[in-house]
Amino acid sequence: MPVRVQTEDFDVAKELAQLRAGNRAVGAVAAFIGVVRDLNDNADVRTLTLEHYPGMTEKALAGIVAEAMQRWSVCDALVIHRVGRLEPTDQIVLVAVTSAHRGEAFAACEFIMDYLKTRAPFWKKEDTAAGERWVEARASDDDAAARW
Amino acid sequence: MVRLIYLARLRDALGSGGESIELPGDVGTVAALRVWLARRGGAWTHELAPGRALRVAVNHDLATADTPVRAGDEIALFPPVTGG
Repeated sequence: MPVRVQTEDFDVAKELAQLRAGNRAVGAVAAFIGVVRDLNDNADVRTLTLEHYPGMTEKALAGIVAEAMQRWSVCDALVIHRVGRLEPTDQIVLVAVTSAHRGEAFAACEFIMDYLKTRAPFWKKEDTAAGERWVEARASDDDAAARW
Repeated sequence: MVRLIYLARLRDALGSGGESIELPGDVGTVAALRVWLARRGGAWTHELAPGRALRVAVNHDLATADTPVRAGDEIALFPPVTGG
């Protein structure tokens, strides 16, 4: 269950191939890719800077993945989250889960993403035409995590 | 001594990334630490006021108001997270 925090971009096809390489029990791969949008709260986003809390970030992500693997019968899971300066259309995050059947992979993937949104120490700062601003947390993210 | 770390918007608002500090004997929980720091006035009082959204991690684990804080701990204060 690899967890990575990195500034570099990631190759989704390569990562998914690696996650299920040689595992004949895998019948399903579910993946979520988060991408930087050009518009947030009615402001044009020029760049997005992602800050994190080194030391805690990896531990928090590993804990979330471990919980998903306890709740669902999955073969493996992968989380890659980028930090640093990003631009609209850039990939931010990849969550991928492999399992025998699709139901478990879909559920575990969504759970990991919902928990990451509320428990992993990342913060976004947007550079807009009106200046820099920290992105505010959304109550809908708390609601999404509370479903599980 | 404990190591306090302030992150993201809170770091900007407080004008500090962190500090090493001796806690008074009666500051033994996350809640007590918050009240104690809020007595500093100015941005501290504003940012750490009851009702302001704040998250705390003790030794890299998310904490609650009654989580104990002890000498040697690394205690991070930060706004609700916005990754993903």
